[in-house]
Amino acid sequence: MINPQLFQLICFYAFATVTVASALAVITLRNSVHAVLALVLTFFSSACIWLLAEAEFLAIALIVVYVGAVMVLFLFVVMMLDIDQEKMREGFVKFLPVGLIVALVMLGEMLALIGVRAMHATVLGENPATAAGLSNTAWLGHALYTDYLLPFEIAALILTVGVVAAVALTLRHRGGARYQSASQQVAVKASDRVRIVKMAADTSYDQPSAEETK
Amino acid sequence: MLTLSHYIVLGAVLFCISVAGLFINRKNVIVLLMAIELMLLAVNMNFVAFSRFLGDVSGQVFVFFILTVAAAESAIGLAILVLLFRNRSTINVAEIDSMKG
Repeated sequence: MINPQLFQLICFYAFATVTVASALAVITLRNSVHAVLALVLTFFSSACIWLLAEAEFLAIALIVVYVGAVMVLFLFVVMMLDIDQEKMREGFVKFLPVGLIVALVMLGEMLALIGVRAMHATVLGENPATAAGLSNTAWLGHALYTDYLLPFEIAALILTVGVVAAVALTLRHRGGARYQSASQQVAVKASDRVRIVKMAADTSYDQPSAEETK
Repeated sequence: MLTLSHYIVLGAVLFCISVAGLFINRKNVIVLLMAIELMLLAVNMNFVAFSRFLGDVSGQVFVFFILTVAAAESAIGLAILVLLFRNRSTINVAEIDSMKG
């Protein structure tokens, strides 16, 4: 029987390795489509790490919202645009040393600043949601619908503004295309379409003979 | 034993990878947008970790809001990108200089 804490640690290192490797792939891959797929893998393994921290709702939300919607949107745009991959790579090698130096210095500063040793003493305690007798989703939901109700409504408003802005930006009216006007179609009356006239039957021409009609 | 520092270090590493991505892919707007998404993920990782280890729900609520804003941001960003490509036939940052900034 393996120690659960050891198993947790092994899982964490496995998922963290996948996350970091795929994040490196996102920024280095030549093909943008492959980069998007690597980003999907990054989000997925991050969701697994969040599951280890017992943030189940957010892990599933990350997969559903990010992998399911935002990344598919990215993939759609990347495939729709015809991008010259080689031209996009110009300056990759030129800026590689600068990027590496900045990233490494930043990482060193961050690790020095946050005090990894002190945080190493903070071990995984009891799940606060379980301590309150709730599931993670209920715990989050109670906070969201009581203390954070106004920010929650504002978030909904932001999403609505986002949808309207995205549609308004990309909508275009093509000239020369033929459209149906639904309002005119609905408002039409029978008398506008068909005019019934009365006229006398025209009997002036000769009746065709029996031979001709055969 | 899983500790807070594991999560924080992972978040810092992810953040630095995305900063490096911003530096080395400065021509391709799509990869720049993806690096920003990665950065938000690194921040979310810290929020989740602190929420879990300090037993405070606010961290997870914040992650929720960050996810919302990031989704709206990437939708509008990609819409601008499509518009840019339609008008200029390129998404190369170096060629988008019509405002002479």
